[in-house]
Amino acid sequence: MPNTIVEVLNLHKSFDKLKVLQGVSLQIVQGEVVVIIGPSGSGKSTLLRCLNYLEEPTSGQVHFKGELVDPKSNLSEIRQEMGMVFQNFNLFPHLKVIDNITLAPCLVRSTEKPLAEERALELLKQVGLQDKAYNYPEELSGGQRQRVAIARALAMDPEVLLFDEPTSALDPEMIGEVLEVMKKLALEGRTMIVVTHEMGFAKEVGDRVIFMDEGVIMEEGHPNELFSNPKQKRTQAFLSKIL
Amino acid sequence: MRNKGYAPIFGEFGEGETILEFRWDLIWSSLPMLLQGAKLTVQLTSIAVFFGIILGTLTGIARLSKGPFRILAAIYIDVIRGTPLLVQTFIVFYGLPSIIHRPIPAYVAAILSLSINSGAYVGEIVRSGIQSIDKGQWEAASSLGLNNYQTMRYIILPQAFRRILPPLGNEFIALLKDSSLVSVIALEELVRKGQIIIGRTFRPFEIWTAVAIIFFVMTFTVSRLVDYLERRMTPHA
Ligand SMILES: Nc1ncnc2c1ncn2[C@@H]1O[C@H](COP(=O)(O)OP(=O)(O)OP(=O)(O)O)[C@@H](O)[C@H]1O
Ligand SMILES: [Mg+2]
Repeated sequence: MPNTIVEVLNLHKSFDKLKVLQGVSLQIVQGEVVVIIGPSGSGKSTLLRCLNYLEEPTSGQVHFKGELVDPKSNLSEIRQEMGMVFQNFNLFPHLKVIDNITLAPCLVRSTEKPLAEERALELLKQVGLQDKAYNYPEELSGGQRQRVAIARALAMDPEVLLFDEPTSALDPEMIGEVLEVMKKLALEGRTMIVVTHEMGFAKEVGDRVIFMDEGVIMEEGHPNELFSNPKQKRTQAFLSKIL
Repeated sequence: MRNKGYAPIFGEFGEGETILEFRWDLIWSSLPMLLQGAKLTVQLTSIAVFFGIILGTLTGIARLSKGPFRILAAIYIDVIRGTPLLVQTFIVFYGLPSIIHRPIPAYVAAILSLSINSGAYVGEIVRSGIQSIDKGQWEAASSLGLNNYQTMRYIILPQAFRRILPPLGNEFIALLKDSSLVSVIALEELVRKGQIIIGRTFRPFEIWTAVAIIFFVMTFTVSRLVDYLERRMTPHA
């Protein structure tokens, strides 16, 4: 029986009158790669951001390894366990690449600087950027920046990785290099939740695809099944537009 | 030549000399005393800017916080910006001692009123600087487990300060000039020195020109310094 890492129970989120999430429940087990797809505005980002409380849910619960995420008590601990990669990278522009990666381990985990740097260089090697350690983010291409952002998230050894459209801000020729890194992580057995429009990636490494529409999970299933044989009309309509 | 009874270092009017001629020699001879005053001006201003930045940073952060500090900071900023520095200086130098029943030295009073004044202006600059930082920076830092203090200290403020360096430089320059107001509490900074020298030489045009030149040299130096810092703080080779 695989361990449940993330469990979402009846999550609702509204911005003023706008109901963005309308009762989402979800379980993710260790090692699973879950791909979330759906039309723009369907609440994919909001769902992801509710998992680590970048957005506070209006109601409902998020459990991490059986523990209720509670902003009053354990938020920092749980965020450390949920690495996040953003569409716009959000690297720290005033810090060199290596300092982007070592900052959180040193500050939050009190890791010794040399140790953190050694680990950072190792991670940079994994994402193919060991020669950029001492550059500033603005000296890198988009694809390189996103790979640094992935290394930065990995530096905290998170249990889960959250990706919010990690390739959407990239020039087409750079998408591949980022997806390559993500595939490698998936094959290593990392637990990943990925919002993306890259259906190739979903098919190749996804264990499960979730189709969201209007704030609910409309349909979910194994990629082969969901892509070739969608049951819901909305899913069919969405897939026919995007594939 | 007759001795007119004032300090000889300032030179004298000759017999047939007219007021129309510009006495460069007067500027040279009064320079040591004016520079003494300029030194005090720089001292007062630098110390006030230092405290002003600390006070302003706290105020700027408080302004963006939730809770009572937010309101306190707003009141502080509004009151200071809504009243003349001259009156603030009088309150500190003449008003405060009557409450605490002990005199405040002019030097301390000047630094106090200049710092408090500067803190309000810097507070607004810092607030806008913090607000100009993309909210993705907060999100990235939070998602890594940094708390609010750590995010502010290591992510937001370093970027904000880089961005607000030009307005901070302007504030420094404004304060350099405004610090002349504390001459009213008998501090012998640059302007007061000028007045003293004029009292002895009766040559206002030369002396005020000299004072203006010294002010200009000081403010120009600060603005070059800020430019240099700005260039140096911009990342990349
Ligand atoms: N902070 C916010 N304040 C107000 N409305 C918001 C906020 N964040 C998101 N929304 C709204 O919530 C809805 C869902 O947004 P969300 O970003 O979750 O969609 P999405 O599925 O990620 O879409 P996309 O594919 O365009 O990224 C949108 O209508 C959006 O405008
Ligand atoms: Mg989105």
